[in-house]
Amino acid sequence: MSIPIAILTLVLGMVLVLGGLWIGQNVNLLPVDASANAPVYDELFRVLFSIGAILFLGILGLVVFSLIKFRRRPGQLGDGLALEGNLSLEVFWTAVPAVIVLFVGLYSFDIYDRMGGMVPLGHGAHDHQEMEMQQNIWGGIGSKAEELTTESNLAALPVEVTAMQYAFLFRYPRGDIISGELHVPVGQPVRLRMEAKDVIHAFWVPEFRIKQDVIPGQPTILSFTATKPGRYPIVCAELCGPYHGSMRSAVVVEEPTDYDTWFSNNAKTTVPEA
Amino acid sequence: MTIAIPPTSNKKSDQLQPNGWLRYFSFSLDHKVIGLQYLVCGFIFYLIGGLLGSAIRVELASPISDFMARDVYNQVLTLHGTVMIFLWIVPVVNGAFGNYLIPFYVGARDMAFPRLNAVAFWMIPPAGLLLISSYFITGAAQSGWTAYPPLSLTTPAAGQILWILSVLFLGGSSIFGGINFIATILKLRRPGLKLMQLPMYCWAMLGTSILVVLSTPVLAGTLILLSFDIVVHTGFFNPGLGGNAVVYQHLFWFYSHPAVYIMVLPAFGLVSEILPVHCRKPLFGYTSMVYSIMAICVLGLVVWAHHMFTSGTPPWMRLFFTIATSFIAVPTGIKFFNWLATLWGGRISLNSAVLFSCGFIVNFVLGGITGVMLAQVPFDIHVHDTYFVVAHFHYVVYGGSVFVIFASIYHWYPKFTGRMLNENLGRFHFLLTFIGFNLCFAPQHWLGLNGMPRRVAEYDPQFTFINQLSSAGALLMAISTLPFLWNVVQSAFNGPIAGDNPWRALTPEWLTSSPPPVENWNGEAPLVTEPYGYGVPKEQLDKTGTSNSDHRSSGQ
Repeated sequence: MSIPIAILTLVLGMVLVLGGLWIGQNVNLLPVDASANAPVYDELFRVLFSIGAILFLGILGLVVFSLIKFRRRPGQLGDGLALEGNLSLEVFWTAVPAVIVLFVGLYSFDIYDRMGGMVPLGHGAHDHQEMEMQQNIWGGIGSKAEELTTESNLAALPVEVTAMQYAFLFRYPRGDIISGELHVPVGQPVRLRMEAKDVIHAFWVPEFRIKQDVIPGQPTILSFTATKPGRYPIVCAELCGPYHGSMRSAVVVEEPTDYDTWFSNNAKTTVPEA
Repeated sequence: MTIAIPPTSNKKSDQLQPNGWLRYFSFSLDHKVIGLQYLVCGFIFYLIGGLLGSAIRVELASPISDFMARDVYNQVLTLHGTVMIFLWIVPVVNGAFGNYLIPFYVGARDMAFPRLNAVAFWMIPPAGLLLISSYFITGAAQSGWTAYPPLSLTTPAAGQILWILSVLFLGGSSIFGGINFIATILKLRRPGLKLMQLPMYCWAMLGTSILVVLSTPVLAGTLILLSFDIVVHTGFFNPGLGGNAVVYQHLFWFYSHPAVYIMVLPAFGLVSEILPVHCRKPLFGYTSMVYSIMAICVLGLVVWAHHMFTSGTPPWMRLFFTIATSFIAVPTGIKFFNWLATLWGGRISLNSAVLFSCGFIVNFVLGGITGVMLAQVPFDIHVHDTYFVVAHFHYVVYGGSVFVIFASIYHWYPKFTGRMLNENLGRFHFLLTFIGFNLCFAPQHWLGLNGMPRRVAEYDPQFTFINQLSSAGALLMAISTLPFLWNVVQSAFNGPIAGDNPWRALTPEWLTSSPPPVENWNGEAPLVTEPYGYGVPKEQLDKTGTSNSDHRSSGQ
């Protein structure tokens, strides 16, 4: 029963850190990752989740421990220790969170860069008309992948997205296709140029980990590269009216051959609602 | 500055002001009456807001829209947000406890501007009635408590205009209160009382009031522009007329992010008052607490655009606001570590006030951690406007502020009424609230991460079970108010007599009778220069039971 407090604290601290790391790495709270962004995002999530788990469990443990250990027992009338502060302790718990926060900030900057967040939004505008429009673009995410693959002749697939109460419309300028669902080939960067007709909507694909508001009067850009074939929901994430909850669509990620079939079947014709 | 009032005016005001229960329905100038008016009025709106919240959870118990019409659902969620923020938390943590306690803490007999104070309170009931009645008269606003245009320009105009009027009144009331607190804290201090000797709640209210006075007028201006857009079809925020919808978001969040601090900073102050009394220890790190509050105020004004990471914001802006927002964690963290150190080595009475305070610490730490996560742009891009955010801010404002409101009621009820509350019922209330709250909101983190957006009446059926779990938690929260209500009403008549100072506290509100007389003290106001002078030196520590007051490991 005579383990020194310092060693006990050290061991508990290590158990806590390892436990937090284990939770962060092994408890999966996210849906399937289906875009090039998603694994990068999940890496950030695991780091944040680990740090959060360590902090939360540590503080929860301290509160519960204090309440049990330092509870007033029957017959105790005296006060606790007259301790008004401890400078080194206070410097410690100012400096450590500051370092953690700085690390998290720099790390998430790096993640953001890898997701293409720092790519200039006008980038990837190939035709003259789009070049003109880039001055008006207000926000969104460019694509790192797009930057890399333009050289290997796999240019970004441009799609124009129009959001309205309560539907998304997708127009493929090449082929002049209008579709109610977004069809994209696996592995090719896609560049959405989005604008709303009436109120603000938001384009969200949870499996891609991306979201961007679609704003009337101000085009926004969203780039992504799908990596897993399948059918994923597109969800409107900004309150847009009574039927906001039912404003959903789907993105269909297909093998390039399947996509080409779909494309040639629909090109030059107009499909009102898929 | 002296606060002595000639005895003649004393008697006169006694005659003009009604006595007995009637004074709570009058234009009373007594800060204690006004404080209780705020508290009871706020609590009535809390019950209404809770009812609205329950309606939302009933609707979400099934994945289809079946409980109410879709537009009614949007009205309900708009009212729920507006009532809870503007009529419950802001008036109660500021107006109720601020009015009751601040004059005591500075050693004054009333607030600096008693009439302004009464006006500020009496703006609230009509504004609240206007808001609630808009549902019955014209249909309430449907665009959420954020009222983003162009949605707020296209939904039925009458409800939106009544909403704007009501929020303008409430904002005005809040500004009047803020001015009054700043003047009282800075100018009505008892001679001899230095700023750094004030109880921590005074600093919290000073910081909060500065935020109120700086940011609320921006909201008022924005809403007036919005009402022009609705009524006379100007085009400030209407893209169809050349306006800009994103500018509204900047202006709105310039107020509404500081509003979060307006709701939690006073709660931080109240916890700092409650813990030392029941732990029988000084508040740990007084000076660093004061600087943390001021740092939170300054940082709180430059983080608003983190609500707009997926909106029309350029990359540089996203980065600046990520860094600024993350850094708020540092001063906030200091406060939490200081509270943990206050608990450490204390003689903690496990009563309802302490349990609710500790529940607040646990809940708010979780809300703070998710807050730092949400501040990271790449993380936020996935979860913005989802149930993850709903969970986060309920952990902050309910798990944070509302838990503290309950802790404060348990702590100051003996002073308010002269009678004690039933502690066993109080602990039962805590247990139900804590379990219900966490059952209701913890699963919502998962919902958001997996694809459920906020503010929807219908959702993907794969989320049904987790939503029902959350609704069960909401039911438990609703039930938890019953023991509280019974306790508060019953104890007012039959509770044991409290005496002047049942907690053996040192702050000035306890150095007078319970309830205190008009003008607070008979005779001169006490000069309390050490509001947290609890505790004994290490060698005199009562060693019965246990005492290992090694504070080394509290650094985690």
